[in-house]
Amino acid sequence: MKRDSNVKIPRQKIREQDPSQRIHNFSEVALGFTEEMAKIEVERCLQCGDPKCIDGCPVNIDIPNFIRLIKGDDLLGAIRSIKDYNILPAVCGRVCPQEVQCEKTCILSKRWEPVAIGALERYVADWERKNQLKECPDCEAPNHIKVAVIGSGPAGLTCAADLARYGFDVTIFEAFHKGGGVLVYGIPEFRLPKEIVEDEIETLKMLGVKVEYNRIIGKTLTIEDLKEMGFKAFFIGVGAGLPSMRKIPGMNLNGVLTANEFLTRTNLMKAYKFPEYDTPIKIGKVITVIGGGNTALDSARVALRLGAKKVIIVYRRTEAEMPARREEYHHAIEEGIEFQFLSNPVRFLGDNNNSLEKIEVLKMKLGKPDASGRPRPMPIDKSEYLIDCDTVIIAIGNNANPVLTKSIPELKINKLGYIEADDGGKTNLEGIFAGGDIVTGSATVISAMGAGRQAAKAMNEYLRSKFL
Amino acid sequence: MPYRILKKVQLGNSGTLFEMDIYAPLIAKKAYAGNFVLIRINETGERIPLTIADYDREEGIITLVIQVVGKSTLLLSHQNEGDEILDVVGPLGNNIHTEKYEHPIVIIGGGVGIAPCYPQAKELKQAGNMIISILGARTKDLIFWRERMAEVSEKVIICTNDGTEGVEGFVTKPLRDIISKDKISLVIAIGPMIMMKNVAELTSGIETLPKVKTFVSLNTIMIDGTGMCGGCRFPAKDGQIHFACVDGPDVDGHIVDFDILLNREKRFSEFEKKSYDLYKKECKKFKIE
Repeated sequence: MKRDSNVKIPRQKIREQDPSQRIHNFSEVALGFTEEMAKIEVERCLQCGDPKCIDGCPVNIDIPNFIRLIKGDDLLGAIRSIKDYNILPAVCGRVCPQEVQCEKTCILSKRWEPVAIGALERYVADWERKNQLKECPDCEAPNHIKVAVIGSGPAGLTCAADLARYGFDVTIFEAFHKGGGVLVYGIPEFRLPKEIVEDEIETLKMLGVKVEYNRIIGKTLTIEDLKEMGFKAFFIGVGAGLPSMRKIPGMNLNGVLTANEFLTRTNLMKAYKFPEYDTPIKIGKVITVIGGGNTALDSARVALRLGAKKVIIVYRRTEAEMPARREEYHHAIEEGIEFQFLSNPVRFLGDNNNSLEKIEVLKMKLGKPDASGRPRPMPIDKSEYLIDCDTVIIAIGNNANPVLTKSIPELKINKLGYIEADDGGKTNLEGIFAGGDIVTGSATVISAMGAGRQAAKAMNEYLRSKFL
Repeated sequence: MPYRILKKVQLGNSGTLFEMDIYAPLIAKKAYAGNFVLIRINETGERIPLTIADYDREEGIITLVIQVVGKSTLLLSHQNEGDEILDVVGPLGNNIHTEKYEHPIVIIGGGVGIAPCYPQAKELKQAGNMIISILGARTKDLIFWRERMAEVSEKVIICTNDGTEGVEGFVTKPLRDIISKDKISLVIAIGPMIMMKNVAELTSGIETLPKVKTFVSLNTIMIDGTGMCGGCRFPAKDGQIHFACVDGPDVDGHIVDFDILLNREKRFSEFEKKSYDLYKKECKKFKIE
């Protein structure tokens, strides 16, 4: 086929579980490409001389190269090529916002639809897992220098993998009883099956990375303890796990909970399998979710799957400003989630038993752009209305958790509690690096991975100059 | 790395109270009065907070006291010496503040709440304070650690609702006598929510009684214990949002809105019952006692 005709091949649409069916289960919504679909999709890539997609990727995967290898039926070569840059391809192929990254900069997107890079990445990673072809990525010879990675979220996992490949003796310290951070407690099973996260962590173990669970650094162990244990450098990737809460009257009614609690109960503790699993979740019939990000959409869709009759998302701006991924927004619409834009809750009202009964919402209009660059929502006087509901889930963002930073008072943090670090993750303290949400505030999985990778590079340079 | 149960002793004669020594050297090394751990017994288990009732840094042991109230605590009571608990994480929560106060301190433990009183009494006595302990329960079979508390107290007063031991009535009875007669610097109350509520009310400066600074220990429903989930948040009269896990567990009893909190703690009761009943049935089937 020629180039001109290839661009006219329509972008292959990823298969999905039917909405009417999937709202009753926690199985994955997106089912990925078939071999045939992948083969057609790779033909659409122009193999540009100056590929823009790579610049759009926060970890700079050599996208044209892995697509070329799929084309040549060398799937093993393709997965190896991806893993040179990204240790979690099965995760990123699912949860990366490709539409604003690699696929946005794909040359085809100017006139046609971009190559489905995310779906292809997922295809190769799934192929490797299904055929059990996982292999240990190439590593430099072990140098026996101990390095500690704090937190096993996307930043920590990436940093640990890169450090192991540089030859370091890496231990990850995780506060929870499972690894993956936000990938396991935050993102629901139907968007990212937990066995995939576990499987990606297996790759790290192949690299010799040790993972110690139930270790809260700052509580169970301090950085000083780790230094005594022989660790020479530290990467802090503890994320932004503290839920934002506005002091709205009625916050303490039964039925008002944070998205963090709601999602941790369901995802990490598997409350959707109660009573097989002991952790319960209670939602009632009508659920309102406050917020417009991925966490809000995840919460809404989890609520639906737990048996809610009606789920309403209340967001103070409009559809256009929602930080959530488009794809997930469309999924939510398909599943029947109701959206009430330009609305902001002002009060939660309870019944005689202090259980939530209604929320009072104020209509908003958009004003001039605020610090975030998005138009500022402004309240419209006397526009209050009530929504009857049994549960309200607050998903308006997260803040820095001070547990670790409080234990290292000399570590420089900004006024919001985030760690001050340069592009290489260097903090004001020697040997201590940081990256991901604990530096930038809530962002994406892949940007945290990018930060983990940059930090590993800087740590490698630091450790080599000092100890080797 | 699972956490081995080194010792299990029944407390009192009710058959529902147990003391367990668990090998958790890292936690023992950092533990202090006021701290708690979160445990998950097995793969399908929930995370429940339990106060560290004692610790031995040299031996790497933490002591937990458990009262059977639902499935998880019943399941825990079925574990024996040599068995392992899948996850124990901590120490969580703030250390208690220890200083030498001008006047004596009254420490009140209700039921299973007697256990967390011990490390607090121990530390505060070591700081040079005079401790008066009040131990209360429904009946004498639920009272334990009499001798242990006596070691760290100037005086121990026992209270039972049914009068089977010591003063008949609630812990507030002797407390009222003490604060109306003597100068007291601090009251610490740990036990059932309703007991802590009544104590905090009594010391809030009602009637002709003096207002006495009062700490209560909030053992609310929690998941992570590090400030992430917000499930443990407690309603406070100062209008601020407080988390029991990171702002507590020991907090000023006079700011807690106990009525709302009592209701909040009931939010999963139907599920708790279902879980408990199912497990009881299973126990019957497999003859577990």
